[in-house]
Parts: sequence; C-alpha cells; structure tokens
Amino acid sequence: MNIAPLIHRRPRGKVHVPTVTLAHGGGGRAMKDLVDDVFLAAFDNPLLAPLDDQARLELGTLARHGDRLAFTTDSFVVDPLIFPGGDIGKLAVCGTVNDLAVGGATPLYLSCAVIVEEGISIDFLRQIARSMSATARQAGVEIITGDTKVVNKGACDKMFITTTGIGAIRADLDLGADRARAGDVVLVNGLLGDHGAAILGARGDLALESPIASDCAPLHDLIATLLAAAPSTRFIRDATRGGVATVLNEIAEAARLAIEIDETSTPIRDEVRGFCEILGLDPLYLANEGKIVAIVPVEQSRSALDAMRSHPLGCAASTIGRVTPGHPGQVTMRTVFGGCRIVDMLVGEQLPRIC
Amino acid sequence: MKYVDEYRDRTKALILVREIETIAAGIKVPEGRPIQIMEVCGGHTHSIFRYGIEGMLPKSLELVHGPGCPVCVLPMGRVDDCIAIAERPDVIFTTFGDAMRVPGSRKSLLQAKADGADVRMVYSPMDALALARKNPAREVVFFGIGFETTMPSTALTVLQAEREGVSNFSVFCNHITIVPTIKAILDSPDLRLDGFLGPGHVSMVIGTAPYEFIARFYKKPMVVAGFEPLDVLQSIWMVLKQIKEGRCEIENQYARIVPQAGNSRALRAVARVYELREFFEWRGLGSIDHSGVRMRAAYARFDAERKFAVPNVKIADPKSCQCGEVLKGVIKPWQCKVFGTACTPETPFGALMVSSEGACSAYYQYGGVKGQCNDSPAGAGAA
Repeated sequence: MNIAPLIHRRPRGKVHVPTVTLAHGGGGRAMKDLVDDVFLAAFDNPLLAPLDDQARLELGTLARHGDRLAFTTDSFVVDPLIFPGGDIGKLAVCGTVNDLAVGGATPLYLSCAVIVEEGISIDFLRQIARSMSATARQAGVEIITGDTKVVNKGACDKMFITTTGIGAIRADLDLGADRARAGDVVLVNGLLGDHGAAILGARGDLALESPIASDCAPLHDLIATLLAAAPSTRFIRDATRGGVATVLNEIAEAARLAIEIDETSTPIRDEVRGFCEILGLDPLYLANEGKIVAIVPVEQSRSALDAMRSHPLGCAASTIGRVTPGHPGQVTMRTVFGGCRIVDMLVGEQLPRIC
Repeated sequence: MKYVDEYRDRTKALILVREIETIAAGIKVPEGRPIQIMEVCGGHTHSIFRYGIEGMLPKSLELVHGPGCPVCVLPMGRVDDCIAIAERPDVIFTTFGDAMRVPGSRKSLLQAKADGADVRMVYSPMDALALARKNPAREVVFFGIGFETTMPSTALTVLQAEREGVSNFSVFCNHITIVPTIKAILDSPDLRLDGFLGPGHVSMVIGTAPYEFIARFYKKPMVVAGFEPLDVLQSIWMVLKQIKEGRCEIENQYARIVPQAGNSRALRAVARVYELREFFEWRGLGSIDHSGVRMRAAYARFDAERKFAVPNVKIADPKSCQCGEVLKGVIKPWQCKVFGTACTPETPFGALMVSSEGACSAYYQYGGVKGQCNDSPAGAGAA
C-alpha cells in the first residue's frame, strides 16, 4: 500500500510553548511539532513534505540544467543572529547559493541542518525559517531536506545552521583559477567590506554606531548575467571571509601569476572607510556576503562590466586590477598615494589597533 | 572622505618626493651610508607600509622603524602576568584588540581565551568600566598598555571608577613613556641615526618641549609628525631640510593636533594616578630607567598588580632574536637571523613581529618576504 498520500494528509503539528527545550530535540512528538510548525511551514515543497530520511531527486531534472553536479556545504555562525541587512537564515541560504553559483552552477536544492541552544524562542526560529524560505525563493532553490538538534544551554551560541547545496553546471562552462592568464582583468561587482563592517558595528561592543548594512544577497542571477555577457570568464569567487585581499591571494597562488590592484579604483563606501579608519582595520580584508571577484579576459572585460552594472546587485561594479606575469602568487596594490605595497594573506582575524 | 583624502593626495605626494630627492642628493653622509631617519611611533611605521611610502623615497634615504609600538615592546614576563590574571575564574579580562596576540612564554591572551579565560576585546577603558558596573560579582581588569597616548584615558577611567565607587574594576598597568626610550636609543654606542620623526599622538598629550634635549644635547633634528601619508612625507622633508641647513631643532609638522604645550588636563590626570617606575623591562631593548609608570599608592585598589598575585618572573628575550639591533637601525628586519623562518607573524619570536605596527611584521606582510612590487623603483620592501 502506498502510504505517501496518507502522510500528506497528516495534520501539521503545532508548538504551544514559547521556547525551545531539550524535548524538541528528543525525536518524539515535540520534535515533530517543531519541525512541522517552524520548518515545514516555512519551506513547504513537495520534495520535503514526506519528511523521509532523504529527499529523492530525479536525475532527469538535474540533467536538464547541465552535465555536471556542483555540490557544496557551509556552516553559518554569526553574532548577532540578526544584523542590518540580514540574519543567519538569509546568510545560510545566500552563502551556499553563492558557493554554487560562482562555480558556474545553477543552484537547485539545499539542505538545512540546524543546531539550536535550548531556551531560544520559537517565534525567533519561525522568523529565521521564514527568512530562509524567502531568500530561497528569491534564489530559485528549494530546501528539500534537513535536520534539527537541540543542545544544552551553553553548548552552542544560540543557533548554528549548516546548508548543503546541489546545482548543475552547463556543459559549455568551465571556470577555474588555473585558467587565468597574464593580462586578464580583475572585476568586483560593487562596494567592498559592507558585511564585515555591518557585523562588527552590530555587535555593539566597539561602541560605534554605524548605518552600514550587510550586502548579503544571492548572486546566482548576477553571475548568470555576467557569464552570458562574458562567456570566456576564467574564474569567479565570492569574497566572503578574509575579504577581497584573501581571494586575490588564493587566485594568484592557484594561477601561479601575480595580481596588481589599484586602490583608487577599489570601490568602498565612505561609511566603511570611516569605520576602518577609526578601528585601524583594512577594508580589503573585511568579509562580503554579496560580492564576487571575477577574472575576465581583457577583450570581454567591457561587456562583463556593463552587464554587471546593468544588474541591481552590480551597480557599483568596477575594474580593480589586472593579472600580471610578476612574482607567482603575489598580490600588490598601487596605493591611493602613489606608492606600492604587497597585499598578503592575513595571519588570523583582523584586530583593531591600539592607537 | 573629507579631512582624510586631502592628506593622501597623489599629486602633492609627487611634488614632495621630488623635493626630498633634491635635498637628499645634496646631503653628504660619512662612510657612504644612507641618511637614516627613525620614525619613533608604530603608527608611522604602519602608514609608511600601508601607503608604500618607502618605495617612493630615494635610495640614499633609509627609514628606521623605531620602538614606538607598545604592543611589540611588552616583555614576555608581563604577558605571563597578564595571562595569570586573565585565567582567574573571577576575572573578566579586557584588552585592546592587537594586544591579544602578543606571545607570553607559554601562550598569548588569544590562546588563554581559547583555554577558557574570559578575555574580551574593548575599544576604550571606559567600556571595561561599563562591564564592571554590569558585572558586580566579577573582577573586571583592563590591560593598560601604550605610551602617553593611551595613558590619560586609563587615568581618567580610574578617576571615574573612584568617583562612582566601583570596587571591582582595576588596571593592569603597562604604560610606558617615550622620552626615556628615545634617550636610551640615543645613548646606544652603535647609533647611526641622523634625525627623528617624533610621535604625533604622544605629543598631543605631552607637547613638544620634552624633546628639546634631543636637539640640544644630542644634536639631532626631530619633526613631530602626523599619520597621514602626506604628513609623513612632509615631515621627512622637514628633517632633511634641517640636516641640509645644519640645524637641530624640534619642529612640529602636526600642529593641527599637537599643541606646543600638550594637553594640560590629560597631563594632570596622568600625574594624579601614575608615578614613574624606577625602571621598566622592554622586549628587545632590555631595562630602561624611568621608562614605565605604575599606579600611585592612593589608587592601589584599582591596581591589578597589587590586587592579584602575579608570578612577576623576568623572562629573557630569545637569544637569536635581533629586535634590539633592528630598533636602533643597525640592521634591517630581513637581515635578522630568524626573520621569516623561526619568526613570522603567525609565530612571532621577537617583539617586532607581534603587531602590525611592528617593523618586522610590517615588512613581512607588506613588503619583505615575497619580493618587491613589480614596477616600483625601490619596491615596498627591499628584500
């Protein structure tokens, strides 16, 4: 007997208490209610609805989008959980969608595994799940499988989310840092450092009020627009942790070439510059959650730039530098002052300077 | 950005660089060595590397990166003391960000935090005092570090705590003073410096009069300098001009911030709370007389050193470390035996590799290890 139709008819559970307790992770009725009320209600889609141990995907559907699978995973921890411009849910969807998209993949499906500290409010969880759902819709992906664990107070910082993503790569696309060539142009799709500055500001422990919002956004559409306009694009990476400086170093290292950027054409908003001036931070190392670095052959760089600028997430796109045949793996910057310096990888995280 | 971009103007920089080249070419230095100017302050070192200023200067001019990074010069024994305090279960230990990575003999504050100590980064000692108010059952200790620049803010915080009767706040005082340090460098037998860029923010507090002895007795010119790249270039030009004209004076390039007489209110607060130590130990330079301050007996209850028992063990600098010679301009960072090998920003061995303001760290990160900028005449570094 096929029981799937019966499961679909099962009434959805509802949580009647205000906060998450260990009971919600116990595998029993309370957990079912939490999953139904919070996650199923928000993510609602036919692949998730049976709540089986696995979501089953038709290979034919995947094959219509390309000839290779892209598969990625990322864990998200952020303090505070809600910040100007986003929240941990939006971040968890955008991060994985972008990791797929920068490889040239069309993002299709996500998983969502949540670790929750007991005591967190159910309404807050609903809010985060709704935020994930809205972002997934915007990104054209479905969240089709997941897991929830509840841990003792103090065993995690309120909430951690892991998302895993599957996408498909079109047969004609093959991006890789090793494809970069001397003379290629380095592009970014907009103002750098917003996310890092927004998070540091939102933490409040630096007693700085800042109006800066995170740039957190799904970039699949921008990247598709870029790839359509510049099909010979060599490589794309999202400049998340470690900022643009770190990504450029990774690219230079993988390509065994040098990269030279020009500080005057590096787009950074005044608020972020001011924020960094006060704290003694370098915006090139601040995290972004809606910015890519693209390496494009010079003959397609104009159309790549125009295409990005025509997209709402690329209005402030800019050429920031070039790949050069210099010291392999070295990134240098012509400073705004006319000098030149090396832009190295950071050792650890950036720490505000004393004076 | 207004009041910032004006001081980073490339066109003006080029004019100054040309002027500097002309003056430097006319200065004859004995033994055919380059003209050596020391920037005392770590903030200047940072600007010089951040904007690639060194590579814009003629080869006949060399900048020597001085001892003015308070994070760098803190000896291991003091870091151990501070970790001993931080690891007490009743303590919330608060610190400026870049002091987190300074290595002690066993670990840094960052590692102590990972091991369970409650170490929190703050931006001002006032934030630490606020934490003390919020956590009356815990002891909140602030890691007081820095030259006269940061000394007034910790002094004022202690005075505020006294006014409010906050009893669970104290300062682990590692403040140091600039003048005895410059004097120690000037007294060193292998000194070769021709002039100084004076520390801008320290001078905002102490004024320029305390430096007069440098010109009068040691016959070296000094220009108190601002931190924007044009400030630095203009100050270099002013020092060279003095050398060329045979003058030795204390000049003030940073007059928009530094009053000749300093900040009397800040100085009063400092004098009220602190007194000179007989000597203070420096990483890389050894013990320097009267180069540190401690809290006066009247403020003993805010003094973490008195409040908590600390090991107070003196730990010698590693033997292979040549920080002292780098600080005095005798060798360049990359000429040190352990630079880039045993000593890297990840595992700093010597003082100057510790903070981004330390000369070795700056060379490692911005210029020295991997090579030069491709099309800059002298490169960001010169390894």
